[in-house]
Amino acid sequence: MSITRELTSKKAEESKGGVKWIKKPLFFMIMCCLTTSLVIVLLMSSGKEEETGSCNGEARVLYRHQNVTRSEIHDLVSLFSDSDQVTSFECRKESIPGMWANYGITCSLNMRLEKEETQCGHDNSKSLIPWNLINPSGLQQSLLHPENHREGLDWDLPSYLRNTWWCLIFGLLVCHKIFVSHSKPPNEIEGKTNLQDSLAQKQQQRACRGAGKWRKNILLLGVIAGVSMSVWWFWDSNQKIILQRRETLENMCDERARVLQDQFNVSLNHVHALSILVSTFHHGKTPSAIDQKTFGEYTERTNFERPLTSGVAYALKVPHSKREQFEKDHGWTIKKMETEDQTLVQDCVPENFDPAPIQDEYAPVIFAQETVSHIVSVDMMSGQEDRENILRARASGKGVLTSPFKLLKSNHLGVVLTFAVYDTDLPADATEEQRVEATIGYLGASYDMPSLVEKLLHQLASKQTIVVDVYDTSNASGLIKMYGTEIGDTSEEYISSLDFGDPSRKHEMRCRFKDKLPIPWTAIIPSGLVLIITFLVGYIFHDAISRIAIVEEDCQKMMKLKARAEAADIAKSQFLATVSHEIRTPMNGVLGMLKMLMDTDLDAKQMDYAQTAHGSGKDLISLINEVLDQAKIESGRLELENVPFDMRLVLDNVSSLLSGKANEKGIELAVYVSSQVPEVVVGDPSRFRQIITNLVGNSIKFTREKGHIFISVHLAEEVRESVNIKDAVLRQRLAVGSSASGETVSGFPAVNAWGSWESFKTIYSTENHTCDRIIKLLVTVEDTGVGIPLDAQGRIFTPFMQADSSTSRTYGGTGIGLSISKRLVELMQGEMGFVSRPGIGSTFSFTGVFGKAETTSSFNTKFDLAIQEFKGLRALVIDTRNIRAEVTRYHLQRLGICADIVSSLRTACTCVNKLGGLAMVLIDKDAWNKKDFELLDGLLNCSKETTTRPTKILLLATSATLVERSEMKSSGLVDEVVIKPLRMSVLICSLQETLVNGKKRQPSRKRTNLGHLLREKRILVVDDNLVNRRVAEGALKKYGAIVTCVESGKAALAMLKPPHNFDACFMDLQMPEMDGFEATRRVRDLEKKKIVSGEMYSSWHVPILAMTADVIQATNEECVKCGMDGYVSKPFEEEALYAAVAKFFESDG
Amino acid sequence: MELVQMQKSLQDYTKSLFLDGVLDSQFLQLQQLQDESNPDFVSQVVTLFFQDSDRILNDLSLSLDQQVVDFKKVDPHVHQLKGSSSSIGAQRVKNACVVFRSFCEQQNVEGCHRCLQQVKKEYYLVKNRLETLFKLEQQIVASGGMIPAMELGF
Repeated sequence: MSITRELTSKKAEESKGGVKWIKKPLFFMIMCCLTTSLVIVLLMSSGKEEETGSCNGEARVLYRHQNVTRSEIHDLVSLFSDSDQVTSFECRKESIPGMWANYGITCSLNMRLEKEETQCGHDNSKSLIPWNLINPSGLQQSLLHPENHREGLDWDLPSYLRNTWWCLIFGLLVCHKIFVSHSKPPNEIEGKTNLQDSLAQKQQQRACRGAGKWRKNILLLGVIAGVSMSVWWFWDSNQKIILQRRETLENMCDERARVLQDQFNVSLNHVHALSILVSTFHHGKTPSAIDQKTFGEYTERTNFERPLTSGVAYALKVPHSKREQFEKDHGWTIKKMETEDQTLVQDCVPENFDPAPIQDEYAPVIFAQETVSHIVSVDMMSGQEDRENILRARASGKGVLTSPFKLLKSNHLGVVLTFAVYDTDLPADATEEQRVEATIGYLGASYDMPSLVEKLLHQLASKQTIVVDVYDTSNASGLIKMYGTEIGDTSEEYISSLDFGDPSRKHEMRCRFKDKLPIPWTAIIPSGLVLIITFLVGYIFHDAISRIAIVEEDCQKMMKLKARAEAADIAKSQFLATVSHEIRTPMNGVLGMLKMLMDTDLDAKQMDYAQTAHGSGKDLISLINEVLDQAKIESGRLELENVPFDMRLVLDNVSSLLSGKANEKGIELAVYVSSQVPEVVVGDPSRFRQIITNLVGNSIKFTREKGHIFISVHLAEEVRESVNIKDAVLRQRLAVGSSASGETVSGFPAVNAWGSWESFKTIYSTENHTCDRIIKLLVTVEDTGVGIPLDAQGRIFTPFMQADSSTSRTYGGTGIGLSISKRLVELMQGEMGFVSRPGIGSTFSFTGVFGKAETTSSFNTKFDLAIQEFKGLRALVIDTRNIRAEVTRYHLQRLGICADIVSSLRTACTCVNKLGGLAMVLIDKDAWNKKDFELLDGLLNCSKETTTRPTKILLLATSATLVERSEMKSSGLVDEVVIKPLRMSVLICSLQETLVNGKKRQPSRKRTNLGHLLREKRILVVDDNLVNRRVAEGALKKYGAIVTCVESGKAALAMLKPPHNFDACFMDLQMPEMDGFEATRRVRDLEKKKIVSGEMYSSWHVPILAMTADVIQATNEECVKCGMDGYVSKPFEEEALYAAVAKFFESDG
Repeated sequence: MELVQMQKSLQDYTKSLFLDGVLDSQFLQLQQLQDESNPDFVSQVVTLFFQDSDRILNDLSLSLDQQVVDFKKVDPHVHQLKGSSSSIGAQRVKNACVVFRSFCEQQNVEGCHRCLQQVKKEYYLVKNRLETLFKLEQQIVASGGMIPAMELGF
């Protein structure tokens, strides 16, 4: 279970693995470098040691040789000069070339052997030969010049480097494979994520599982490779060590064999020389120059020349015929060796020997060295070995050797060398018969092998480590051991052949090490290190892999959780949208029914209940809309429109909508837009309106029964260039400074907005300053409400957070509005901020970026006529508060009326005459004073006579009941009472009534009735469904509209082809052939064409509203996209219908 | 006396229609639209609805009986029926149409057949009920009475 889990968890960690996996090969490379450098250092140091060792040994051996030969020559010369022998010079002459030749042979032999190992040795021996020949007087240790070592190293280093490079390349390959295997999956995964299906996920999982396996396999492979490399390394270096050891053994063995052979040859030569000596001085002279004494003395003194001989003796060839004579001459009988079996000889006393049996000839010893004087008179022919030897010697004319046998007396194993002495100088190609004929005697030398070899070996180095055996191998059936012990490891033995100058005898030397092969540390340590490093690296990688697995698992979990969270978020948004929509539908029913219920005959109590229920229902609907908005913003689905609109109209709209509430509470609502703000800006009017509505709605909610709400719009630039502010209102507001007692619209203190403006970055940032196409607006909503508690100011923009929980109890609402507003402002690339002081009020400000409209033509074409009418008129505004007067002036200016401001009726009296031709006087209710007014009225009436048109008096009031108004009017003092908030439509209506018509008519303020909105409007209903058509027709007719019905998009197109006289069109969206969208698009195209063709109807834009059963679809956006102005849900509901049509018909209602 | 009783029964009957879910508030709105200027508005609309629906149901039956059902033809019919039924407040027909459309989307022939039966059933139910209602109303009118305004007690 856990395994499968782990396997499945090998997952998309690779998506971020790129960086991580780059690090790993780096790490591995560093490790490789470290390892290889360590190994190089180790190997180099060990190699150096070996070489110096071998070279030294070589040199020593050579040196010794040199010494031996030199001393030999020296001795001979000294002896002969000593004994006054002139011929000695000849001998030397003869012997020296032989010796050199011999030496040269051994040297070249040595050379050949050494060639195979190191060049060092080769170079040494090579350089030694000529050196010896040229200057044999001395040899210096300094011969071993360091250059030779370097050469050797240079030769060895590349091989190690090559090995290490192989390691490195291998390591890199492994790394690369790992890297490739890890860099591949992310690409696959990236490609697959687009599919976002479970299928893709499965594939991804599989890929990752594969990657995980791959990784493990690679690791295993790497470890195996590391281990095998280490083993190989060990094997390789061990092999080298063994080889080296073997070579050393060979060298030493050869060396020993050579030395022995040399020494033997030296002895041989000397014995030869002795034989010639005997021939010359004993036989060549008469009387003989040599007697036993001379011989004994000479041989004793030259014994050092024959280091291997234990003794020499001279035997005479005596034929049987001459035996008698001979015995008589010497005074002793020829004796035979006691027994045939020489091994049984115990003590040799020649006197005890029997006389030799009768034979053809005898070889009795006549001269003998002191050491072997006991054999004088013994017949050498009587011993089996000796006889054979003698026979061979005289036949061949060379020195011949016996096989090893126990020597007499010493009882040691030994050999006897025999030379024949001839009486005449024989030619080199003499036959055997001639030789036998010429033989007169025999010179024998006995070699005591064990002691001699021991002596010899004693002089050589490292005698402790090596064991030497010498065998006689001339008899193929059995080896005869001449010297040696049984100790030592016989498994590795080296055999060097020995040539003692006798072709019929073969000897060989067998060498072996005393000790067994020592533990090869030099092989174990580096390979062990490699092994350790491999395991270490393997462990690290394994750790990393398991970590990756864990991270992958975690990542997978996270991704699952993330996906779940995202799904939950989407579900939430969908749920919110669906639920709010689902609630909206029945709620509309409830509201409609309640409305109807209120229309029925209810008593006061019932009415109250119904109204409460209706109000609550409305609140609920607005809340649901807000929640829907919030959900939309959160899911990022909310996009702002970019359409040109008139900001002043939007503000008029808001103020008219909210005027009811404001007036109820007695709050003065004022709107002011700076003259620098262009008439038409590009942005999202509905969202702008939503923000304003929200802020003003809040302000109304939280403002007490007095005070004001002041909405002002300025350009951000105006505020920035605070030095010379042209705008009067702004100047005043800024001049007020931080004191709350400054002049405000209502006179109640308010918080200065400056505080929040300061913190806006957008005002002061100049990044877009140069761009002409962008307008930054600063909107401020100032109220004299309860203010926001200081501790709650931080979380005022958090959704569903109100100042405190009691707020919702007192004022209602969810606290979502501000959050939405802030988000909307942010979507407009602006900022929102506020300053608030509890008990005084709050001021919310926001900035927003809008586009400049290409066309400057105003939207409110329906007012054009009226504005034409009023253009150029003059007005006087009498208001105690300057800022409020400015607001009034702003509204008048919009109508093209030029206004002057005075602060009171009294001052007005003084300047009325100066300002001739006043069309109207607007007096604020606060400045109303009956006494002063009469005065002013009188003055005005004076001037009235002179002008054609009388000056109209208008009273501006915040709230006035119908009774009050009619009282005022009936009193005849004023021509019209205008209820604030001022807005264009109201002002035009009032002015038209007073100025143009002159009629006094009850201004109808209540327009929230569809009947008024739709009365007499010509409306086209497009729906393919007959029943729906009839219902829509019926509903619209009920509100007084004149309805025309068509049943298809095509028919509608024909009807709506400009010019036509429809005020609005309700279009079903889903229709066969041509649906609502298409039809609308075509209608808009037609309208555009008309404009293009330059005909009169420059502003054809019939409002088209979509009728749709489901509002939940993104239909709104689509509606707007294809040129529709809004939508109403089907079947019609009064409120929705009103909201939809109000935009188009309200202003001229 | 009889008139009062008749009015009472009419009211009860209407109420039962709402309680059974045959009609919804839209029908009430429809009734609200009927005034002096347009006295037969409701019956006119409902009659239109009947005519329209009969035709649609016929077409639907024909379309679904085809060997190869063309859902592109079926869907607009159902949509039409849904629209008109929702307009007059024939709730149950409307709901059945919603289900019908979802089957159309899935191109489920069998489901469509089932739904058509369901829609027909609901349609004949509402037709019967409404006809009865109108009969009652006519009786009241014939006997010189006023059709009582609907009370919204449900």
